[in-house]
Amino acid sequence: MAAKLLGFCEVLRGEGVAVGTSELLDAFAALEHVEWTSRADFREALATTIAKSQDDRRVFELLFDRYFFRNAEAEAVQRGVTEHDEGGPPAGDGERFDMDGLSEAIREAIAAGDEDAMRDLARLAISAFGRGEGSGVVGVDVQRIRRTLGLTAGTQPPAQDGSERAPIDRDQLTGFERHLRRELERDLIERTETLPPSRPLAELDRALPTSPTQDLAAVHRAVSQMKRRLATLGHEQRGRKKGQTVDVRRTMRASLETGGVPLRLRYRPKRPRRPEIYVLCDVSTSVTSASVFFLSVLHALHDSFRKLRSFVFIERISEVTDVFEHERDFAVIAQKISSEGGVADVSGYTDYGRVWLEFLTEISEDLDPRSTVIVLGDARTNGREPHAEVFAQVAERAGRLFWLNPEPKLYWNYGDSVMAAYERHCDGAFECWTTKHLENFVNVVAGAAPAAE
Amino acid sequence: MADGSVADVKQALADVGYLADEPAALVSFLAQQLGKPVLVEGPAGVGKTELAKALSRATGRELVRLQCYEGLDEAKAMYEWNYRKQLLRIQAGGEDGWGDVQEDIFSSEFLLERPLMQAIASPEPVVLLIDEIDKTDQEFEAMLLELLSDFQITIPELGRIEATTMPIVVLTSNDSRELTEALKRRCLYLWLDYPDLEREMEIVRLHTPELSETLARKLVEVIRMVRGLDLKKPPSIAESIDWARTLLLMGAEDIDRETFNQSMSIIVKHRTDIDLVAERVGVKLADPLRTEG
Repeated sequence: MAAKLLGFCEVLRGEGVAVGTSELLDAFAALEHVEWTSRADFREALATTIAKSQDDRRVFELLFDRYFFRNAEAEAVQRGVTEHDEGGPPAGDGERFDMDGLSEAIREAIAAGDEDAMRDLARLAISAFGRGEGSGVVGVDVQRIRRTLGLTAGTQPPAQDGSERAPIDRDQLTGFERHLRRELERDLIERTETLPPSRPLAELDRALPTSPTQDLAAVHRAVSQMKRRLATLGHEQRGRKKGQTVDVRRTMRASLETGGVPLRLRYRPKRPRRPEIYVLCDVSTSVTSASVFFLSVLHALHDSFRKLRSFVFIERISEVTDVFEHERDFAVIAQKISSEGGVADVSGYTDYGRVWLEFLTEISEDLDPRSTVIVLGDARTNGREPHAEVFAQVAERAGRLFWLNPEPKLYWNYGDSVMAAYERHCDGAFECWTTKHLENFVNVVAGAAPAAE
Repeated sequence: MADGSVADVKQALADVGYLADEPAALVSFLAQQLGKPVLVEGPAGVGKTELAKALSRATGRELVRLQCYEGLDEAKAMYEWNYRKQLLRIQAGGEDGWGDVQEDIFSSEFLLERPLMQAIASPEPVVLLIDEIDKTDQEFEAMLLELLSDFQITIPELGRIEATTMPIVVLTSNDSRELTEALKRRCLYLWLDYPDLEREMEIVRLHTPELSETLARKLVEVIRMVRGLDLKKPPSIAESIDWARTLLLMGAEDIDRETFNQSMSIIVKHRTDIDLVAERVGVKLADPLRTEG
């Protein structure tokens, strides 16, 4: 068993869960106190000692089943069949009876809310429909199996013997579908020997979301990570020596070492400060596909930071902080910004130079070394004056300035892109067209090593 | 409940009014058996702090609580020298030699015990709750490591102070920042989430036994519906209980649109959230009322 457990940890490490020796020792210690025969206890004891975050936990769940219960599953199907044959209604003719009997048994399990039975029956149903012969798309297969079994929500047609059947409500049915889905996923994992792409890290590695709702969750995750990193890192080393105040209590305490004479002054420690963030987002047509992504980034940022002011710009710049603060629904926000933003003037082409001028005159007084400015845009000026010197002034006033460009680095400075002129003044310029890039940006900002491409 | 099984722990917790689910009971059990701290994470208001309190009640141990906040330092968390008293001692001790004074003023008499020190030094075993650890900075976490792994505190002037009894340590975090690996490695990890329908109903009924079962079910269903919306602050378990009590006071028979709108502010506490909830949930509630009555 020890070897098995070690093997399991090896697999976990392979999927990026940090399992140290101390975790392993804890796991063994914990297992001495729970009954190995109880599956739930065994699993929980392992999980609590090994998987120490929610993400780790998700991976753990997936791998745990795959690692420990691969064989057990086949057995369960076998057993499920025999149990069913013994306890089920009198035998009819082979195949046909099986379907009806199965459907009946599932109804009973659903009505009783018996999770274990539902799981076993879900396995049984899948095997009855032929493992691995489905469409390969889990969602489709779930519905296909459900329909074939004649399971619908609402009032049920009377049973074959004429007795009334209790109605199944939506939630109960969804519960069974969840079991089906899980079992199918497991089946898929086994056949392909890989984890399904439901892991957040893999999920982030996708191209730009085209519909706003599609990847909002992933963006939110990346941004909330960004928030944590910005809140804890990067700021504490700045300006430590300037403007400190004497801590009387601690000075007195220190003076005891010298017999009550305060020889050494003690200062109040600096508290980490909250970042103040200004986000400028290009919403012109040249970045149409990207601006949906950017707006969702903005949307997520607003959920995370209290001191955040956001602006959208095309030819002019307009503050949209209020819109984000009052609306929760992303679709409404997107619509409001396009209708009320008032950022397009005549041509609808981005005018970066003018935007910087406006930004500088309107906002720059609020900028201080504490603030971080993030620009989301492609730096395509449509042949207009880029006013890089104005941009430099903005950069100078702000503590940090980052540029996220929705175009691959290859296209920078090509055509009317004047990225190079701006890049010089930035603390960092990044290509950002997938959520993975966003992650990378977060890492760099936080001072960690950039993630591998 | 010092020994026994997971089921015993669960029962003991239930006896003091905390309905733990299986993982929570198991982790509490393991924490006592292994003598390891427990790190509890989860959304706000799922009973993380309550778990520690329940453990203290169930084990009959005193609860020592350290509420974390930004800028918390060791003087407030661990110990501090009582410098006023020390000064007095120096001044009062006129003709004593410096050597005597020095030895004297750094004795435990002049030490102010803060929560962590209290928990370690207590002659009786205690439950130590370090609440909202994610609010502190990373330096503070590092400072905790010695305490969490060896249950000891080193004071330069006094030497090492080891725990005489093994405290149960519970750390809670709202997940607002990633905790360091070093801290996590020393802890058992428990993720608490909102309870499922049946369990939340039990919890509500436990705290408001007068509430009828149908109303309790309806209440929990509505709460779950509200949690399903994308709110700034979803209602916590404590708020479900508050709401149940409110409904009792109002003498409500059923949760219809009117009662809901009147008492909604108990569970939803943001202006934008209130609008959203009224729009989405309130409307759903109206229909059954009309068909029924």
